[in-house]
Amino acid sequence: MKADPRGVLTGVHFLDGDHACCEGALAAGARFAAGYPITPSTEVVERFAARVPTVGGTFIQMEDELAASITLQGAVWGGAKAFTVTSGPGFSLMMEHIGYAAMTETPCVFVDVQRGGPSTGLPTLPAQADMMQARWGSHGDYEIIALCPNSPQECFDLTIKAFNLAEEFRVPVMFMMDEVVGHMTEKVVIPPADQIEVVPRRHTRKPLGEYLPYQTNGDMVPEIAHAGEGYKFHITGLTHDERGYPNMTPQVQDKLVRRLQNKIRNAADRIALYEEENLQDAEVVVVSYGITSRVAQRAIEMARAKKLPVGKLRLITAWPFPETKIRELSAYVKAFVVPELNLGQMVHEVERAAAGKARTFAVPHAGGSVHHPEDILKAIVEASR
Amino acid sequence: MQLTEIRLAGFGGQGVILSAIILGKAASIHQGAFATMTQSFGPEARGGACSAQLIVSDSPVLYPYVTEPDILVVMSQEAYTRFAPELKDGGILIVEQDLVRVTDLPRHTQVYSVPATRLAEELGKRMVLNSVMVGFFTAVTHLLDPDAVRKAVADSVPASFRDLNLKAFEKGFEYGSTAHAVSAESHEDAHVVYE
Repeated sequence: MKADPRGVLTGVHFLDGDHACCEGALAAGARFAAGYPITPSTEVVERFAARVPTVGGTFIQMEDELAASITLQGAVWGGAKAFTVTSGPGFSLMMEHIGYAAMTETPCVFVDVQRGGPSTGLPTLPAQADMMQARWGSHGDYEIIALCPNSPQECFDLTIKAFNLAEEFRVPVMFMMDEVVGHMTEKVVIPPADQIEVVPRRHTRKPLGEYLPYQTNGDMVPEIAHAGEGYKFHITGLTHDERGYPNMTPQVQDKLVRRLQNKIRNAADRIALYEEENLQDAEVVVVSYGITSRVAQRAIEMARAKKLPVGKLRLITAWPFPETKIRELSAYVKAFVVPELNLGQMVHEVERAAAGKARTFAVPHAGGSVHHPEDILKAIVEASR
Repeated sequence: MQLTEIRLAGFGGQGVILSAIILGKAASIHQGAFATMTQSFGPEARGGACSAQLIVSDSPVLYPYVTEPDILVVMSQEAYTRFAPELKDGGILIVEQDLVRVTDLPRHTQVYSVPATRLAEELGKRMVLNSVMVGFFTAVTHLLDPDAVRKAVADSVPASFRDLNLKAFEKGFEYGSTAHAVSAESHEDAHVVYE
């Protein structure tokens, strides 16, 4: 399905990542946002609040992040495409309802413009230290999808992708920006609406009496009822059967939770997006994402100038983690170098997938600024030995 | 266009950020090059310190921050004191001459001075001093195509102030076209004072 032209600001713009994310959401069809604005994500909802009345939608500034993160889910069940926007401290508060979205299979997007933590940490300065929280922050077994843009253009393009993945898999999608990408201004090209693919909601077309909200008939993702069309449905965070009613037997739990997990895991290779460069003859591969991937690129160029055989793997989806790719690479490369604006998060995934076949070097940074390319270069040199 | 690092700094309210946006747009949208702009982020209400970093290049910009500016534009004394030491050896310094007293500069710096606020006031609106500065910048640095910058000025300001800003651009551009760089040695002509 093509995008609704009303939401698409076609043209060439000079936008920061936050504003580009907002335009991506509007282009993807988002017509509802609930938020509790927080630096460095405020500009996303600030723009949304100004823009959405012109395209026919709603922004509500809520009393806190718990309210924001559940209100948007009400809007989704009412038929809207909806999202919320926050940063670390708010993201922590939203964890309960991220679990609720996973359990109820509510398609929605959570934007987290990462800043330094823990707690209120560094409000105006960057970090990438919510990556594990995005994956594991709510309790219980569930899977989510997380995307990591590294430019304002990608903030636009990948926000659309985030909404599309949310609809395709009926899953909350985490949009993991960072303060630098959010506040960096660059050229952003917004194509005409008829060149933007949007995934419509998987609305059921079954006869009214035959529809069961969580019946999948062997498929992994159930169809959803369009509120107001007469379908009966029930939503709960409790373990539920195909009717959506609580049923707390180990058998129902097993069936439900395995499906919630496998609908993403089985499609991991199809969902995984990454950018690669010079991997064929690489002995060392730099794995990075978000703003750090751009700093790492400079280090890679410096290393190649020294004739070091370095390749690049930039994660665009952090979750599901592209472990197949890492496993393939670890069969022939010597080492991975993983710079990130945290003291070691995605590096553990790389290490796990490499399974001892290639060495893994972290290049940690506590946040507040970006790496010096020289620090990444040093790790590349060490890993090449 | 070689990779060029630019820092613009002054008070909040002088249009520092908008100047950087205009120059970045000119490079990346109207001239087909690449530009990345970041801005200082803090309590920049009117009167507070304010700065923007702009990197322009023929190839995609990777590292988003200025490390050693090739060009420094300062519109306040505080900004001068804070950022002048970062300027690259042989770099270009552009100052709002009525607001900045230039002291202790490295010898090879090329200094260009413009009374941007006064020129804007002559046009009847002090607010357009940033467009004067953008015009002056365009003339003295030869970094960007003047027509690309004109287009960027036109599509960055409110429609009702478009003509005024374009006039301000031309005023700054003209002033810059006849301006000569003064090296830090010959201080008398350039308001350079060694202390």
